[in-house]
Amino acid sequence: MPPILEVRDLTMYYTTMKGYIKAVEDVNFTLEKGEALGLAGESGCGKTSVALTLLKLLPYNAKIQSGEVLLDGKNILTLSDDEIRKTVRWKRISMVPQAAMNALNPVFKISEQIVEAITSHEQVSEREARDKALELLKKVGIDPSRADHYPHEFSGGMKQRAMIAMALACNPEIIIADEPTTALDVIVQAQVLRVMKKLQKDLGLSMILISHDLSVIAQTCDKSIIMYAGNLAEDASNWELFTHPLHPYALGLIGAFPSAKGERKRLESIKGSPPNLLDPPPGCRFHPRCPYAKEVCKIEVPSLIETHKAHHVSCHMVNSHPKYV
Amino acid sequence: MRGQELVKVVDLYKYFPIHTGLLAGLRSRDGPSVKAVDGITFSIRQGEIFGIVGESGCGKTTTGRTIIRLLEPTKGKVYFEDVELTALNKDELKKYRREMQIIFQDPFESLNPKMTIYDLVVEPLDIHGIGQSDSEKRKLVSTALEEVQLAPPEEFLFRYPHELSGGQRQRVAIARALILKPKFVVADEPVSMLDVSIRTEVLNLMLDLKTKLGLTYLFITHDLAIAKYMSNDIGVMYLGKIVEYGDVSEVLDDPDHPYTQALMYAVPVPDVRIKPGVIPITGETPQPINIPKGCRFNPRCPYAFERCFKEEPQLFQVQPGHGAACFLYEEFHSGRLERGKMPMD
Repeated sequence: MPPILEVRDLTMYYTTMKGYIKAVEDVNFTLEKGEALGLAGESGCGKTSVALTLLKLLPYNAKIQSGEVLLDGKNILTLSDDEIRKTVRWKRISMVPQAAMNALNPVFKISEQIVEAITSHEQVSEREARDKALELLKKVGIDPSRADHYPHEFSGGMKQRAMIAMALACNPEIIIADEPTTALDVIVQAQVLRVMKKLQKDLGLSMILISHDLSVIAQTCDKSIIMYAGNLAEDASNWELFTHPLHPYALGLIGAFPSAKGERKRLESIKGSPPNLLDPPPGCRFHPRCPYAKEVCKIEVPSLIETHKAHHVSCHMVNSHPKYV
Repeated sequence: MRGQELVKVVDLYKYFPIHTGLLAGLRSRDGPSVKAVDGITFSIRQGEIFGIVGESGCGKTTTGRTIIRLLEPTKGKVYFEDVELTALNKDELKKYRREMQIIFQDPFESLNPKMTIYDLVVEPLDIHGIGQSDSEKRKLVSTALEEVQLAPPEEFLFRYPHELSGGQRQRVAIARALILKPKFVVADEPVSMLDVSIRTEVLNLMLDLKTKLGLTYLFITHDLAIAKYMSNDIGVMYLGKIVEYGDVSEVLDDPDHPYTQALMYAVPVPDVRIKPGVIPITGETPQPINIPKGCRFNPRCPYAFERCFKEEPQLFQVQPGHGAACFLYEEFHSGRLERGKMPMD
């Protein structure tokens, strides 16, 4: 079966007074139906930019330089804003934005906000839309009797779940969740993630989960992508990625991540800090921080190679760095 | 051999009164209040790191600030090297301020954007009148910057905070705290604003400085993984109280209090081999204004029984040095409860 979503050679720059910010460069990945894909990386690595591009929700100064986003084989980047709004957003791909807790309008009831989302995209009566809204709230574990409350009467976890309910309003096939649990406490985070995972299974949704938190990704997704400075560093099934990471950045990131369970050992940090994307280093963007970098890394941009089935890495040294020889 | 107790906190309370109105305020002094810290007792040994973990609003930051008297406690005592800090007046306290410093959470807000790095780091010296000449101060500042690996210091001295990355800024905050050569440092979520790769660097720096300078930390964090990485002992806080304390590995690997157990079920780990557990509790933390009667965890506790709704449990020592504020253990150890049988059965 062909993938539901395929991103090919996506390059997107932001125009600023100082020049182009090369936020996304040559990103390739696929999303299968019913799959949960993790998009991980540090702040500024371009993960949110990728997500916004998929919906063409970019700010005015963003420019898609090249690439295709194929939804069921059809490139949606060539659609006009109007077509995207009518046929793609909410109906096929919907998004739970970052800091979703502040995305709710404080002066409208929760139910009204979900109803609005439904009636503005589908030809249904107010009554039907309300029934649908209540049903959605039930699905995310909110008692329908709370539907007519205002956002300030909801706790953080409930607001987040209400946002998820809203994202489901028009029965999308793909949900993009941008840092859905970042501001939440650990127990509430686990509750929200469980709701998302359950919905994803029950409704056969495909999901893209964006997070800087590798532990959330490790425990929620089927496969993951690690991004660095606008490039895709590694793309593999979660099992492969977390047990046998290949890209030096992925290796460093996983090695720098503390765990609340298991043995305590000294963590190794990655030296230096991410580059300024106005003027990223030539060659591999990670080379100034990479312990395995050679001359070639400073000159040539590495291409994405498939090392084993469905495990992609963009590193010149992948076959020679000491960890794997 | 473990060190002496450097800091001792005895039955500390910090309430923030809520002013509902002028008249109500005049009429009674016992209006409603936010019970941020509601009676906690623990001690920190010389050269060790005591971690306080808990979810937002549990009172961990207030605890840190009250201990070094950035906030005046409502009740209770804090001892520092056998001196009762809570009994000192302002002038006497100033002498001890040198020995106790704090690193704040957000390096983007805790550094004055109009001051250069030199001004920021020299400020504590000026306040405490240390350093005779400018050249001596300059030398002290340079050493402090080198110590936090901002090298060479000349490159940083006359820059402004906005020219530095988050990790570098937090190093400046650490240099500011350490330039007075304190014995005790309160670190309040020092890495929560930083990215993963930089976070580890700052944590490792703090560990190295601890060994090098013989520091003692109170390390406040919401992140169990970081608490585990940094601490010797930890206290788990819930609604203003420590509900479990002990050696960090013992508490997190084998939690006794139902709340700590729930936290450990819920915490995600960066390991695909460990499957996420099912969280045994529901609901969210109540507001610290209306703290539930009896055990404050009872509305969410899957094991709550009659006694939990009537009395407030005190910390009960389950093993030496490891305690939990839960009646289950008291009932069990006093023989009123059979092994493997819960009181509500």
